[in-house]
Amino acid sequence: MGLKQNLHKIKMKYEGKKMAPAFNAIHTFLYSPNETTHSGSHIRAVDDLKRTMNTVIMALVPCLIFGIFNAGYQHYLAAGEIESATSFFSGDFWSMQNFSKGAWKVLPLVVISYGVGLLVEFIFAVIKGHEVEEGYLVTGMLVPLIVPVDTPLWMLSVAVIFGVVIGKEVFGGTGMNILNPALTIRAFLFFAYPTWMSGDKVWVTEAKELAGGPDAISGETILGSLAQNKPFDYDVADMFLGFIPGSVGETSTILILLGGLFLIFSKIGSWRIMLSMALGGLAMGLIFNGVVSQEWITESSKFYSLMSTEFWHHLIIGGFAFGMVFMATDPVTASQTNKGKWIYGFLAGFISVMIRVFNPAYPEGVMLAILLMNVFAPTIDHYVVQGNVKKRMKRLKVKTA
Amino acid sequence: MSKDIRIKKGLDIRLVGEAEKSISEGPRSRTITIRPSDFHLVTPKMVVKEGAKLQVGDELFFSKSQEQIRFVSPVAGTLVEIKRGARRVITDLVIEADYSGGSRDFGKLSASASPEAIKEKLLSNGLWPFIKQRPYDVIANPANEPKAIFISGHNTAPLAPDLDFVLSGKEAALQAALTALNALTSGGVHISVGSSNAIFSGMNHVVTHTVKGPHPAGNVGTLINKLNPVNKGETVWTVAAQDLVIIGELLLTGTFNATRIISVAGSGVKKPSYYKTIIGAEVSTFAYDAGVDGDTNRFISGNVLTGNQIKPDGALGYYANEFVAIPEGDDYEFFGWNKPVFNKISPSRALTFSWMQPKKKYDLDTNTNGEHRAFVVTGNYEEVFPLDIYPLQILKACMVNDLDEMEALGMYEVAPEDFALTEFICVSKQPHQDIIRKGLDLMYNEIG
Repeated sequence: MGLKQNLHKIKMKYEGKKMAPAFNAIHTFLYSPNETTHSGSHIRAVDDLKRTMNTVIMALVPCLIFGIFNAGYQHYLAAGEIESATSFFSGDFWSMQNFSKGAWKVLPLVVISYGVGLLVEFIFAVIKGHEVEEGYLVTGMLVPLIVPVDTPLWMLSVAVIFGVVIGKEVFGGTGMNILNPALTIRAFLFFAYPTWMSGDKVWVTEAKELAGGPDAISGETILGSLAQNKPFDYDVADMFLGFIPGSVGETSTILILLGGLFLIFSKIGSWRIMLSMALGGLAMGLIFNGVVSQEWITESSKFYSLMSTEFWHHLIIGGFAFGMVFMATDPVTASQTNKGKWIYGFLAGFISVMIRVFNPAYPEGVMLAILLMNVFAPTIDHYVVQGNVKKRMKRLKVKTA
Repeated sequence: MSKDIRIKKGLDIRLVGEAEKSISEGPRSRTITIRPSDFHLVTPKMVVKEGAKLQVGDELFFSKSQEQIRFVSPVAGTLVEIKRGARRVITDLVIEADYSGGSRDFGKLSASASPEAIKEKLLSNGLWPFIKQRPYDVIANPANEPKAIFISGHNTAPLAPDLDFVLSGKEAALQAALTALNALTSGGVHISVGSSNAIFSGMNHVVTHTVKGPHPAGNVGTLINKLNPVNKGETVWTVAAQDLVIIGELLLTGTFNATRIISVAGSGVKKPSYYKTIIGAEVSTFAYDAGVDGDTNRFISGNVLTGNQIKPDGALGYYANEFVAIPEGDDYEFFGWNKPVFNKISPSRALTFSWMQPKKKYDLDTNTNGEHRAFVVTGNYEEVFPLDIYPLQILKACMVNDLDEMEALGMYEVAPEDFALTEFICVSKQPHQDIIRKGLDLMYNEIG
């Protein structure tokens, strides 16, 4: 008797029982189910939701690995123990020392995110008697990548429970939610624990513990520096490759870009949203650059640094690229019509840069912009679909006239 | 007269087991089964009793709601059993065939007869059930005048029979039927053809349209949507190309000839080819001759996207022009959700590699390849859905029974078969055709 037969027997035994969804979730993780078609098409394409979600996770893995190394690297760099990396494959970056330091910090975030989130999902599946939906597979991976590396694990747990319950389950689970659950979790962390989630002490691991002592280190993000009109010494290559402080997985634009290209190639991610969001960000950036060059805003203004940031730099600093590729494209919370996706993406990019510039207290506008657009996505879709409806009405009028 | 229609959205599903172009004849079917469920929303009112002796063309039952629509026996013999299901709904009429039993002579009708005479003939001689209407995808209501009649002369569905092959030699009957149908509408009879030398190209009293592109280019729904979409309050009729032969032959000879040439295809069939058979014939009369194993295969009356599952001792459906056998997929697959897949079709490239071999033929089974989920992915249905309708939105409107929304989004234009491809590629494994069918039924009952 193989594993397959044994699992099948257990499945039959628990069929219709309360715990069946929990067992099935594990069973279908090992084996794709033996379900056959009952109505309509007798054949089905191979893609299911698990495969779709898995593809997104694969696109995220490089960001996670880079994030682990970067966590260690930023720490040792700030502590002055290592030289700054000169190229993408620099040995100063890809070292065991960086990895072990980073892994010790980042992996617990991943474990907690998945553990707590899936527990909530399982509980809801058992209570409501539906199958465990795969939505959290991606959310669970996104969450550790968009939080500061020193986020306390208990805070993360509370936020995950809040995000999954309020952000998703109360709406009816995966596919029904209005707000992106990962961003809901991030927003909860930011608004519930603002002192923890911003400032210059959370982006580099152990900065808090060392603060005030002789070995004090500081790790301000580029956006943080810009918002305070402070200089920073990262060049464009650092920003693009990702050797900068920031949320765990958001720093390396090149890896995010590769992940995005993979998603577009595999036809899982929407290229319309990614492209239009980039265009939206560039457009707003250009407008601000124009405002500065018209000298309406002078150096004395607190917006000056961020406004005068070259327009395309906005795409490679902060969480813009990550939000564009992995957050805005969440099919459930984005616009669902192709035309709507263009509008949705453009506005998300546009508003991201706007919030970033006008809100120096929290210069990371991407999260809020995407959440805002999540709320407006159904409205955008409504008007796009109305276009089709109007066309149909017009056809009828021509006929009857 | 001809007009080209080219569609880009769609998906050609290439399957193993296409029928070879030769016509065989199995043993004659001992019994013929008529399933009233083939006639959607028709409640049969029996005219004959169990044990009645029948000739070909003798009336079996009529529709309770539209009494002029009559259904006749495709074969002579004895009505041996009326099987009933839950709430005494008639599920099967089983006729023991007697092939020497003779046919009722309905008399010929010239194609130039008046529209009223033609309509009356089609109704009283049991030909009306071959005419379907949209909206609602049911048997046409004879009280309406259709704004046009549409026929698909080019079947692009997977493993579909080659219409030019099965219809060859029937030109006279086709022409008679087309001329008669043309008299019933002011909007003309429109036929989609695959190429300019198709069998319908030289016919009179029709407008042929060359359609190009992937499936569902040949679907009649695509033709209607591209040419003359159905508006609220309008009706169009559709007739299947092979049913034209039965209509035409009756007009020419006066007898109801239920003989059909069907394709027997699919990867479960050892020698896929064409068979000459009859409406409602036992599938065993040709399935075993063509080499099908009944234990491991699913028997489908109709095509793989829209047909009905039947039992190995079951019978061909009333409208079925093909029989398909494909393996049942009731098995588990280790890590089936994340390992690279080379032997199944996928519209994406998520570690699925069917995009590398667009011409390869696949051996698909009936496994759903995943569990039922809420709608999550967006934008993928549009890739295979050529109609000017928002598929996801209309499906959601049907699921919540929102009649106003359904109407606004174009429910009058669609039939379940238009959603076969979106169902095939659905990541959430939602039963699209079922959702649309229920939506149409709801509209039919509420709006009529």
